[in-house]
Amino acid sequence: MTITAEELDTARIPFAARGPLSEAVLAHLSGTMSPDLTDLARKALDTSADILHDDDVQLALFSLYASVYGSVAGFDPRLEWDTRAIAARALVEEVFERAIREAVGVPALPEPTPDAIARALFHLTGADDGPSLSRFVARKATAEQLQEFLMQRSVYTLREADPHSWAIPRLHGRAKAALVEIQSDEYGGGRPDRVHAAIFAASMRGAGLDDTYAVYVDDVPAITLASHNMMSMFGLNRRLIGAIVGHLAAFEMTSSIPNRLYGDGFRRLGYGANVTDYFDEHVEADAVHEQIAARDLAGSLGEDRPDLLPDIMFGAAACLALDGMVAGHMLERWSAGESSLRHRGEA
Amino acid sequence: MTARPASITPYPDGPLLVRGDIQLTAADGEPISLRRRTSALCRCGLSAIKPFCDGTHKAAGFRTEGR
Repeated sequence: MTITAEELDTARIPFAARGPLSEAVLAHLSGTMSPDLTDLARKALDTSADILHDDDVQLALFSLYASVYGSVAGFDPRLEWDTRAIAARALVEEVFERAIREAVGVPALPEPTPDAIARALFHLTGADDGPSLSRFVARKATAEQLQEFLMQRSVYTLREADPHSWAIPRLHGRAKAALVEIQSDEYGGGRPDRVHAAIFAASMRGAGLDDTYAVYVDDVPAITLASHNMMSMFGLNRRLIGAIVGHLAAFEMTSSIPNRLYGDGFRRLGYGANVTDYFDEHVEADAVHEQIAARDLAGSLGEDRPDLLPDIMFGAAACLALDGMVAGHMLERWSAGESSLRHRGEA
Repeated sequence: MTARPASITPYPDGPLLVRGDIQLTAADGEPISLRRRTSALCRCGLSAIKPFCDGTHKAAGFRTEGR
Protein backbone atom coordinates (compact mmCIF):
# COMPACT_ATOMS: atom_id res chain seq x y z
CA MET A 1 0.00 0.00 0.00
CA THR A 2 1.34 3.41 -0.86
CA ILE A 3 0.08 6.54 0.75
CA THR A 4 0.88 9.94 -0.66
CA ALA A 5 1.39 12.94 1.57
CA GLU A 6 -1.81 14.40 0.15
CA GLU A 7 -3.86 11.38 1.23
CA LEU A 8 -2.49 11.46 4.74
CA ASP A 9 -4.72 13.95 6.45
CA THR A 10 -2.69 15.44 9.26
CA ALA A 11 -5.63 17.63 10.14
CA ARG A 12 -7.19 14.42 11.38
CA ILE A 13 -5.27 14.50 14.64
CA PRO A 14 -8.03 15.63 16.95
CA PHE A 15 -5.80 16.89 19.76
CA ALA A 16 -2.97 19.37 20.30
CA ALA A 17 0.55 19.03 21.71
CA ARG A 18 1.16 19.88 25.37
CA GLY A 19 4.89 20.57 25.22
CA PRO A 20 8.06 20.01 23.18
CA LEU A 21 8.06 16.19 23.28
CA SER A 22 4.41 15.71 22.32
CA GLU A 23 4.81 18.38 19.66
CA ALA A 24 7.74 16.49 18.11
CA VAL A 25 5.96 13.14 18.38
CA LEU A 26 2.81 14.46 16.67
CA ALA A 27 4.90 15.98 13.88
CA HIS A 28 6.96 12.80 13.53
CA LEU A 29 3.99 10.41 13.39
CA SER A 30 2.24 12.55 10.82
CA GLY A 31 5.23 12.41 8.51
CA THR A 32 7.43 15.35 9.45
CA MET A 33 10.46 13.44 10.61
CA SER A 34 11.95 14.66 13.89
CA PRO A 35 15.45 13.21 14.07
CA ASP A 36 15.92 14.35 17.66
CA LEU A 37 12.97 12.44 19.11
CA THR A 38 15.05 10.47 21.62
CA ASP A 39 16.96 13.60 22.72
CA LEU A 40 13.66 15.36 23.34
CA ALA A 41 12.36 12.31 25.22
CA ARG A 42 15.46 12.28 27.47
CA LYS A 43 15.13 16.00 28.10
CA ALA A 44 11.41 15.73 28.94
CA LEU A 45 12.03 12.79 31.27
CA ASP A 46 14.97 14.48 33.00
CA THR A 47 12.91 17.57 33.78
CA SER A 48 9.66 15.80 34.62
CA ALA A 49 8.67 16.25 38.26
CA ASP A 50 6.04 13.50 38.17
CA ILE A 51 5.66 11.44 35.02
CA LEU A 52 2.20 10.16 36.02
CA HIS A 53 0.88 13.72 35.92
CA ASP A 54 3.12 15.06 33.14
CA ASP A 55 0.89 16.30 30.32
CA ASP A 56 3.63 16.52 27.69
CA VAL A 57 5.08 13.06 28.37
CA GLN A 58 1.73 11.28 28.75
CA LEU A 59 0.31 12.81 25.57
CA ALA A 60 3.51 11.85 23.70
CA LEU A 61 3.21 8.27 24.95
CA PHE A 62 -0.52 8.19 24.19
CA SER A 63 0.26 9.26 20.62
CA LEU A 64 3.02 6.68 20.19
CA TYR A 65 0.55 3.97 21.25
CA ALA A 66 -2.25 5.42 19.11
CA SER A 67 0.07 4.94 16.15
CA VAL A 68 0.23 1.21 16.94
CA TYR A 69 -3.52 0.84 17.61
CA GLY A 70 -4.26 2.73 14.41
CA SER A 71 -6.77 4.79 16.35
CA VAL A 72 -5.81 8.21 14.96
CA ALA A 73 -6.28 8.63 11.22
CA GLY A 74 -3.66 11.36 10.88
CA PHE A 75 -0.77 9.08 11.91
CA ASP A 76 1.13 7.57 8.99
CA PRO A 77 0.78 3.75 9.11
CA ARG A 78 4.28 3.41 7.60
CA LEU A 79 5.68 4.79 10.85
CA GLU A 80 4.17 2.12 13.10
CA TRP A 81 7.52 0.39 13.51
CA ASP A 82 9.69 3.46 12.92
CA THR A 83 12.84 2.90 14.93
CA ARG A 84 13.02 6.49 16.23
CA ALA A 85 9.44 6.33 17.46
CA ILE A 86 10.07 2.95 19.11
CA ALA A 87 13.30 4.20 20.70
CA ALA A 88 11.56 7.24 22.17
CA ARG A 89 8.71 5.05 23.40
CA ALA A 90 11.12 2.66 25.13
CA LEU A 91 12.82 5.56 26.95
CA VAL A 92 9.50 6.87 28.22
CA GLU A 93 8.25 3.40 29.13
CA GLU A 94 11.31 2.68 31.25
CA VAL A 95 10.73 5.76 33.42
CA PHE A 96 6.93 5.33 33.41
CA GLU A 97 7.15 1.69 34.53
CA ARG A 98 9.59 2.58 37.31
CA ALA A 99 7.30 5.37 38.51
CA ILE A 100 4.30 3.03 38.63
CA ARG A 101 6.30 0.38 40.49
CA GLU A 102 7.45 2.99 43.01
CA ALA A 103 3.91 4.28 43.49
CA VAL A 104 2.35 0.85 43.86
CA GLY A 105 4.59 -1.88 45.24
CA VAL A 106 3.83 -5.59 45.04
CA PRO A 107 1.15 -6.95 47.36
CA ALA A 108 1.82 -10.11 49.42
CA LEU A 109 2.22 -13.09 47.10
CA PRO A 110 -0.21 -16.01 47.32
CA GLU A 111 0.74 -19.66 46.80
CA PRO A 112 0.94 -20.41 43.06
CA THR A 113 -2.41 -22.20 42.82
CA PRO A 114 -5.47 -20.89 40.96
CA ASP A 115 -7.52 -20.95 44.17
CA ALA A 116 -5.00 -19.02 46.26
CA ILE A 117 -4.36 -16.51 43.46
CA ALA A 118 -8.09 -15.91 42.89
CA ARG A 119 -8.65 -15.44 46.63
CA ALA A 120 -5.70 -13.03 46.89
CA LEU A 121 -7.02 -10.98 43.96
CA PHE A 122 -10.56 -10.84 45.38
CA HIS A 123 -9.10 -9.83 48.74
CA LEU A 124 -6.92 -7.11 47.19
CA THR A 125 -9.69 -5.63 45.08
CA GLY A 126 -12.29 -5.99 47.85
CA ALA A 127 -10.07 -4.15 50.31
CA ASP A 128 -9.51 -1.27 47.89
CA ASP A 129 -10.46 1.89 49.73
CA GLY A 130 -10.03 4.18 46.74
CA PRO A 131 -12.44 7.07 46.29
CA SER A 132 -15.91 5.96 45.30
CA LEU A 133 -16.65 7.72 42.09
CA SER A 134 -19.54 5.35 41.46
CA ARG A 135 -21.37 6.29 44.67
CA PHE A 136 -20.93 9.97 43.84
CA VAL A 137 -22.26 9.42 40.32
CA ALA A 138 -25.22 7.43 41.64
CA ARG A 139 -26.28 10.01 44.21
CA LYS A 140 -24.93 13.46 43.48
CA ALA A 141 -23.41 14.04 40.04
CA THR A 142 -24.96 16.78 37.91
CA ALA A 143 -25.80 16.36 34.22
CA GLU A 144 -22.65 18.28 33.38
CA GLN A 145 -20.51 16.01 35.56
CA LEU A 146 -22.01 12.91 33.93
CA GLN A 147 -20.95 14.28 30.55
CA GLU A 148 -17.45 14.86 31.88
CA PHE A 149 -17.44 11.32 33.22
CA LEU A 150 -18.23 9.92 29.76
CA MET A 151 -15.58 12.14 28.15
CA GLN A 152 -12.93 10.99 30.65
CA ARG A 153 -13.90 7.36 30.17
CA SER A 154 -13.95 7.61 26.37
CA VAL A 155 -10.14 7.56 26.09
CA TYR A 156 -10.17 3.91 27.11
CA THR A 157 -13.73 2.77 26.62
CA LEU A 158 -14.05 3.62 22.93
CA ARG A 159 -11.13 1.16 22.64
CA GLU A 160 -12.45 -1.15 25.34
CA ALA A 161 -10.65 -4.49 25.64
CA ASP A 162 -8.02 -3.67 23.01
CA PRO A 163 -5.05 -3.15 25.39
CA HIS A 164 -5.57 -6.61 26.91
CA SER A 165 -5.94 -8.30 23.53
CA TRP A 166 -2.23 -7.79 22.88
CA ALA A 167 -1.70 -10.54 25.48
CA ILE A 168 -3.56 -13.24 23.52
CA PRO A 169 -0.66 -14.50 21.37
CA ARG A 170 1.71 -14.28 24.34
CA LEU A 171 -0.31 -16.68 26.49
CA HIS A 172 -0.73 -20.43 26.17
CA GLY A 173 -3.14 -23.15 27.23
CA ARG A 174 -5.66 -22.44 29.99
CA ALA A 175 -4.75 -18.77 30.41
CA LYS A 176 -5.08 -18.12 26.67
CA ALA A 177 -8.47 -19.86 26.50
CA ALA A 178 -9.67 -17.85 29.50
CA LEU A 179 -8.56 -14.52 28.04
CA VAL A 180 -10.21 -15.31 24.72
CA GLU A 181 -13.41 -16.33 26.52
CA ILE A 182 -13.50 -12.87 28.16
CA GLN A 183 -12.43 -10.92 25.08
CA SER A 184 -14.92 -12.71 22.84
CA ASP A 185 -17.68 -11.38 25.10
CA GLU A 186 -16.07 -7.90 25.15
CA TYR A 187 -16.16 -7.95 21.36
CA GLY A 188 -19.85 -8.85 21.24
CA GLY A 189 -19.68 -12.64 20.77
CA GLY A 190 -20.17 -12.25 17.03
CA ARG A 191 -22.67 -9.38 17.25
CA PRO A 192 -21.19 -6.05 16.09
CA ASP A 193 -23.84 -4.04 17.95
CA ARG A 194 -22.83 -5.76 21.21
CA VAL A 195 -19.12 -4.91 20.97
CA HIS A 196 -18.63 -3.13 24.28
CA ALA A 197 -16.83 -0.19 22.70
CA ALA A 198 -19.77 0.17 20.27
CA ILE A 199 -22.29 0.10 23.14
CA PHE A 200 -20.27 2.83 24.85
CA ALA A 201 -20.22 4.86 21.64
CA ALA A 202 -24.03 4.58 21.51
CA SER A 203 -24.21 5.79 25.12
CA MET A 204 -22.04 8.79 24.25
CA ARG A 205 -24.28 9.69 21.32
CA GLY A 206 -27.33 9.22 23.53
CA ALA A 207 -25.86 11.70 25.99
CA GLY A 208 -25.27 14.22 23.19
CA LEU A 209 -21.52 13.64 22.88
CA ASP A 210 -19.27 12.96 19.89
CA ASP A 211 -18.17 9.31 19.69
CA THR A 212 -15.22 9.98 17.36
CA TYR A 213 -12.13 8.49 18.95
CA ALA A 214 -9.76 10.90 20.71
CA VAL A 215 -11.95 13.94 20.11
CA TYR A 216 -11.96 14.67 23.85
CA VAL A 217 -8.27 13.98 24.46
CA ASP A 218 -7.62 17.73 24.72
CA ASP A 219 -10.08 17.81 27.63
CA VAL A 220 -8.62 15.09 29.82
CA PRO A 221 -5.75 15.51 32.29
CA ALA A 222 -2.45 13.63 32.14
CA ILE A 223 -3.55 11.06 34.73
CA THR A 224 -6.45 9.91 32.52
CA LEU A 225 -3.98 9.37 29.69
CA ALA A 226 -1.54 7.69 32.12
CA SER A 227 -4.13 5.12 33.19
CA HIS A 228 -4.77 4.19 29.55
CA ASN A 229 -1.05 4.32 28.67
CA MET A 230 -0.31 1.91 31.49
CA MET A 231 -2.63 -0.70 29.96
CA SER A 232 -1.06 -0.20 26.54
CA MET A 233 2.45 -0.53 28.00
CA PHE A 234 1.54 -3.69 29.92
CA GLY A 235 -0.14 -5.16 26.84
CA LEU A 236 2.45 -4.26 24.24
CA ASN A 237 5.52 -5.47 26.15
CA ARG A 238 5.62 -9.22 26.56
CA ARG A 239 8.01 -8.90 29.51
CA LEU A 240 4.96 -7.39 31.29
CA ILE A 241 2.55 -10.23 30.44
CA GLY A 242 1.92 -10.90 34.14
CA ALA A 243 1.06 -7.24 34.73
CA ILE A 244 -1.51 -7.02 31.91
CA VAL A 245 -3.19 -10.20 33.19
CA GLY A 246 -3.28 -8.85 36.76
CA HIS A 247 -4.57 -5.55 35.42
CA LEU A 248 -7.47 -7.19 33.61
CA ALA A 249 -8.37 -9.24 36.67
CA ALA A 250 -8.51 -6.16 38.93
CA PHE A 251 -10.34 -4.16 36.27
CA GLU A 252 -13.07 -6.80 35.93
CA MET A 253 -13.26 -7.33 39.70
CA THR A 254 -13.99 -3.66 40.36
CA SER A 255 -16.57 -3.26 37.64
CA SER A 256 -19.97 -4.94 38.11
CA ILE A 257 -21.10 -3.14 41.28
CA PRO A 258 -19.75 0.31 40.24
CA ASN A 259 -21.43 -0.04 36.84
CA ARG A 260 -24.80 -0.57 38.50
CA LEU A 261 -24.21 2.69 40.39
CA TYR A 262 -23.11 4.54 37.24
CA GLY A 263 -26.30 3.38 35.53
CA ASP A 264 -28.31 4.55 38.55
CA GLY A 265 -26.74 8.01 38.25
CA PHE A 266 -27.77 8.33 34.60
CA ARG A 267 -31.27 7.01 35.38
CA ARG A 268 -31.60 9.51 38.25
CA LEU A 269 -31.09 12.35 35.77
CA GLY A 270 -33.60 10.95 33.32
CA TYR A 271 -31.34 9.32 30.74
CA GLY A 272 -32.92 6.41 28.90
CA ALA A 273 -31.83 2.87 28.12
CA ASN A 274 -29.87 4.09 25.08
CA VAL A 275 -27.41 5.64 27.57
CA THR A 276 -27.64 3.19 30.48
CA ASP A 277 -27.36 0.06 28.30
CA TYR A 278 -23.56 0.17 28.51
CA PHE A 279 -23.54 0.21 32.31
CA ASP A 280 -26.30 -2.37 32.70
CA GLU A 281 -24.52 -4.68 30.26
CA HIS A 282 -21.38 -4.49 32.41
CA VAL A 283 -23.16 -5.42 35.63
CA GLU A 284 -23.97 -8.80 34.12
CA ALA A 285 -20.92 -9.25 31.90
CA ASP A 286 -18.27 -8.37 34.44
CA ALA A 287 -19.79 -10.62 37.10
CA VAL A 288 -18.89 -13.40 34.62
CA HIS A 289 -15.57 -11.95 33.54
CA GLU A 290 -14.23 -11.42 37.06
CA GLN A 291 -14.57 -15.12 37.89
CA ILE A 292 -12.83 -16.21 34.71
CA ALA A 293 -10.16 -13.50 35.02
CA ALA A 294 -9.31 -14.29 38.64
CA ARG A 295 -9.31 -18.07 38.54
CA ASP A 296 -8.90 -19.29 34.98
CA LEU A 297 -6.73 -16.49 33.61
CA ALA A 298 -4.62 -15.07 36.45
CA GLY A 299 -4.87 -18.25 38.54
CA SER A 300 -3.79 -20.58 35.75
CA LEU A 301 -1.04 -18.27 34.58
CA GLY A 302 0.37 -17.98 38.10
CA GLU A 303 0.31 -21.75 38.51
CA ASP A 304 1.93 -22.37 35.12
CA ARG A 305 4.42 -19.52 35.50
CA PRO A 306 5.07 -18.85 39.22
CA ASP A 307 7.82 -16.45 38.13
CA LEU A 308 5.04 -14.15 36.87
CA LEU A 309 3.18 -14.08 40.18
CA PRO A 310 4.79 -10.83 41.42
CA ASP A 311 3.80 -9.05 38.20
CA ILE A 312 0.27 -10.48 38.25
CA MET A 313 -0.23 -8.97 41.71
CA PHE A 314 1.60 -5.78 40.72
CA GLY A 315 -0.60 -5.32 37.64
CA ALA A 316 -3.72 -5.70 39.78
CA ALA A 317 -2.46 -3.22 42.36
CA ALA A 318 -1.40 -0.79 39.60
CA CYS A 319 -4.90 -0.92 38.09
CA LEU A 320 -6.44 -0.01 41.45
CA ALA A 321 -3.88 2.73 42.10
CA LEU A 322 -4.16 4.55 38.77
CA ASP A 323 -7.91 4.16 38.46
CA GLY A 324 -8.06 5.52 42.00
CA MET A 325 -6.01 8.55 40.95
CA VAL A 326 -8.33 9.24 38.00
CA ALA A 327 -11.40 8.89 40.21
CA GLY A 328 -9.75 11.00 42.92
CA HIS A 329 -9.07 13.76 40.41
CA MET A 330 -12.70 13.91 39.31
CA LEU A 331 -14.07 13.81 42.87
CA GLU A 332 -11.61 16.45 44.07
CA ARG A 333 -12.49 18.88 41.31
CA TRP A 334 -16.21 18.26 41.61
CA SER A 335 -16.20 18.68 45.39
CA ALA A 336 -14.51 22.03 44.86
CA GLY A 337 -17.28 23.02 42.46
CA GLU A 338 -14.90 22.88 39.48
CA SER A 339 -14.79 20.95 36.20
CA SER A 340 -12.64 17.81 36.06
CA LEU A 341 -11.71 18.66 32.49
CA ARG A 342 -8.44 20.20 31.53
CA HIS A 343 -8.56 23.78 30.30
CA ARG A 344 -7.65 23.53 26.63
CA GLY A 345 -4.23 25.04 26.03
CA GLU A 346 -3.08 24.31 29.59
CA ALA A 347 0.34 22.61 29.48
CA MET B 1 -21.49 -24.09 14.56
CA THR B 2 -22.06 -27.32 16.45
CA ALA B 3 -23.67 -27.09 19.88
CA ARG B 4 -21.29 -27.31 22.81
CA PRO B 5 -22.27 -29.70 25.59
CA ALA B 6 -23.49 -27.76 28.59
CA SER B 7 -21.36 -27.40 31.69
CA ILE B 8 -22.04 -25.78 35.06
CA THR B 9 -19.08 -24.78 37.22
CA PRO B 10 -19.47 -23.50 40.77
CA TYR B 11 -16.83 -20.83 41.37
CA PRO B 12 -15.75 -20.72 45.05
CA ASP B 13 -17.48 -17.95 47.03
CA GLY B 14 -19.17 -16.90 43.81
CA PRO B 15 -21.70 -17.75 41.11
CA LEU B 16 -22.33 -20.79 38.94
CA LEU B 17 -20.77 -20.35 35.52
CA VAL B 18 -22.85 -21.89 32.78
CA ARG B 19 -21.35 -22.66 29.40
CA GLY B 20 -22.56 -24.45 26.31
CA ASP B 21 -25.90 -25.19 24.78
CA ILE B 22 -28.51 -24.74 27.50
CA GLN B 23 -32.04 -23.43 27.78
CA LEU B 24 -32.89 -21.31 30.79
CA THR B 25 -36.56 -21.21 31.66
CA ALA B 26 -38.53 -19.34 34.33
CA ALA B 27 -40.80 -21.30 36.68
CA ASP B 28 -43.82 -20.33 34.57
CA GLY B 29 -42.20 -21.80 31.48
CA GLU B 30 -41.18 -18.48 29.93
CA PRO B 31 -37.75 -18.74 28.35
CA ILE B 32 -35.04 -16.50 29.85
CA SER B 33 -32.75 -15.28 27.12
CA LEU B 34 -29.04 -15.77 27.55
CA ARG B 35 -27.17 -12.78 26.18
CA ARG B 36 -23.70 -14.32 26.26
CA ARG B 37 -21.94 -17.62 25.65
CA THR B 38 -20.86 -17.87 29.30
CA SER B 39 -23.32 -16.76 31.97
CA ALA B 40 -23.00 -16.43 35.74
CA LEU B 41 -26.01 -17.53 37.78
CA CYS B 42 -26.59 -16.10 41.26
CA ARG B 43 -25.78 -18.50 44.08
CA CYS B 44 -25.94 -16.18 47.11
CA GLY B 45 -29.54 -15.06 46.59
CA LEU B 46 -28.70 -11.35 46.72
CA SER B 47 -28.39 -10.41 43.06
CA ALA B 48 -30.63 -7.64 41.77
CA ILE B 49 -30.61 -9.21 38.29
CA LYS B 50 -31.51 -12.80 39.20
CA PRO B 51 -31.15 -15.41 37.90
CA PHE B 52 -27.87 -13.78 36.87
CA CYS B 53 -25.03 -12.74 39.17
CA ASP B 54 -24.32 -9.02 39.67
CA GLY B 55 -21.30 -9.36 41.96
CA THR B 56 -23.18 -8.50 45.16
CA HIS B 57 -21.96 -11.71 46.84
CA LYS B 58 -18.55 -10.07 47.31
CA ALA B 59 -19.79 -7.15 49.40
CA ALA B 60 -22.05 -9.52 51.34
CA GLY B 61 -19.16 -11.84 52.25
CA PHE B 62 -20.85 -14.91 50.69
CA ARG B 63 -18.79 -18.05 51.32
CA THR B 64 -19.05 -21.55 49.90
CA GLU B 65 -17.57 -24.68 51.40
CA GLY B 66 -15.73 -27.44 49.60
CA ARG B 67 -16.19 -27.66 45.88
